Amino acid sequence: MTDIRVKQGGTTPLEPPAASRSARQSIADRPRYDCRNAYVETLAELAHENHRIVGVVNDSVGSSKLDAFKRAFPDRLINVGIAEQDMVGVATGLANGGRIAFVSAASCFLTARALEQIKADVAYSNRNVKLCGMSPGMAYGELGPTHHSIEDIAWLRAIDNMTTVVPADPIETAAAMRWAAAVEGPVFIRVSRMSVPEVYPEDYAFVPGRAVTLRDGDDVTLISNGTVLWRTLVAAEQLADDGISARVISMPTVKPLDTEAVVRAARETRGIVTAEEATVGGALGGAVAETVVQNHPTKMRILGVPEFAPTGSAGFLLDRYGMSPEGIAAAARKLIT
Amino acid sequence: MTALAPDHITMPVFHRLPHAHRDEQIAQIAEAARQIRIQDLKLVHYAGAGHIGGDLSAIDILATLYGAVLDVTPENVDDPERDRFILSKGHIAGALYVTLAAYGFIPVEDLATFLKPLSKLNGHPNRNYVRGVEANTGPLGHGLPIAVGHALSAKLDVSQRRTYVLVGDGELQEGSNWEAMMAASQYELDRLTVIVDRNRLQQGATVRETNDLEPLDQKAAAFGFAVVEVNGHDHGELLDVLSAVPYRPGKPTFVIAHTHKGHPISFMSNNTAWHHKVPTAEQLELALDELKAGAA
Repeated sequence: MTDIRVKQGGTTPLEPPAASRSARQSIADRPRYDCRNAYVETLAELAHENHRIVGVVNDSVGSSKLDAFKRAFPDRLINVGIAEQDMVGVATGLANGGRIAFVSAASCFLTARALEQIKADVAYSNRNVKLCGMSPGMAYGELGPTHHSIEDIAWLRAIDNMTTVVPADPIETAAAMRWAAAVEGPVFIRVSRMSVPEVYPEDYAFVPGRAVTLRDGDDVTLISNGTVLWRTLVAAEQLADDGISARVISMPTVKPLDTEAVVRAARETRGIVTAEEATVGGALGGAVAETVVQNHPTKMRILGVPEFAPTGSAGFLLDRYGMSPEGIAAAARKLIT
Repeated sequence: MTALAPDHITMPVFHRLPHAHRDEQIAQIAEAARQIRIQDLKLVHYAGAGHIGGDLSAIDILATLYGAVLDVTPENVDDPERDRFILSKGHIAGALYVTLAAYGFIPVEDLATFLKPLSKLNGHPNRNYVRGVEANTGPLGHGLPIAVGHALSAKLDVSQRRTYVLVGDGELQEGSNWEAMMAASQYELDRLTVIVDRNRLQQGATVRETNDLEPLDQKAAAFGFAVVEVNGHDHGELLDVLSAVPYRPGKPTFVIAHTHKGHPISFMSNNTAWHHKVPTAEQLELALDELKAGAA
């Protein structure tokens, strides 16, 4: 077997760091990365370590950046063509035969077209299938709402036995995949193409169902995940400049939710803002609200995508829906004043 | 009506006869199929629900598979190298449960719990609760893609294990089947056998009147399958064709098993009304009399 290490630049920044830095380096100034690079590097490493691991795609070799994987493991990348229902069924059958299938497809098609297969074949059957929703949320920007996958979290979260993970950076993407490969059972992981800075230390260990407090604070709590998490951290920096102490909780696992962390935040701070690249109803914000209202009611503001978005890049649309750092900070200020 | 109870369970247990003489195999499959039908009719009558029409059209196929074709026994049901049978038309769970009980996978007594609160024997099969079930089916068009995935895994493993999937003919109206058939021929899965329970009836009408499949043989052939047609109630024909794997090297096999919904009960056979109708006590009596008359 040939050496399968796929060098795809997971450690090479997409953009150079800002030339001049202020004395206090903001997370916004850090280099940015495409999480798909960490995804393909990790998948190749896992496949090298464990012959049971296979990739399953719906013609999405290029968009999932799996060309090098295909060269390294030609037999272990199953391309069923543009056929999402078949793709998830095939992954289930591969699992029946003892393989660990990493399904890699645009999240909009994977989760919408194959939702019944995800529910019945994977979750209800409790099959060892890892569903990797590529370029979720509004990552496809100008391609519009047909290609946006803002609903995936709400859909997947409604299904029993479906762990739902939204990593925030390349480190968390890789860590979540390593965890998913090691456990038996269904997992859904979002893998974004939007460039994000690293928010976790290199030695970060993903723990399913566990929130991570990235910044402590007792005035207000900001809960976020995925591509919006770094924006939330910048918002906290801005709030600190105003003398507002914001707690920032990273919530990579939407299901099962770390309800203890949520209840603690509700109890210890004056309000909770959630921010995510997903529907305002039913996703992380909805999950947090369900917990808050049943345990320790407090003021909340849920930031997310409220509609079929108009034309625009993902970054433009996040800003439009109040998820620029300034927008998140403004929502927090308003909530507690 | 009396509720389903242990004394309604009359299922004898059979053993797979992989090496017996063909005539002996066929005789045993015939008797197993007759007993499975008797038990299944009682199950549906006393439980007050079920899909008796589709059960009866598929029981000869199930009895043949478990009786002499599949390398799956209660002893090797966890062996990764076992053959796989996936019931895609999951609504005939009743027939599958009775067959699994007939061949020793689940205790015969468990049949008395069919559809009762908290029973493992749900209206559609669940692999996590019922030994011998390979896939949780029920929504149509799911089994064939799963079978393709398993056949691919066997090919990757360079294994001789075989994959069988039973689909309803009405079920083939689901597009996912045709996606899977394209993949099956693309990957040359010649150890995959798709069996169509071609009873020509769906829930409320004929397949012909609803959304016709014909020419089914030509469609399957155009999708790259080796196509063979059999009488789906003839145990000898079924045994010969289902045992011939690969049927044509390099091609997956598409067996069109011509059947009758409700077979062989005179007043049920080929009658759409019996898709999920429940026989009355009198109808049960009549049906059981017909089956007793058919005893060898």
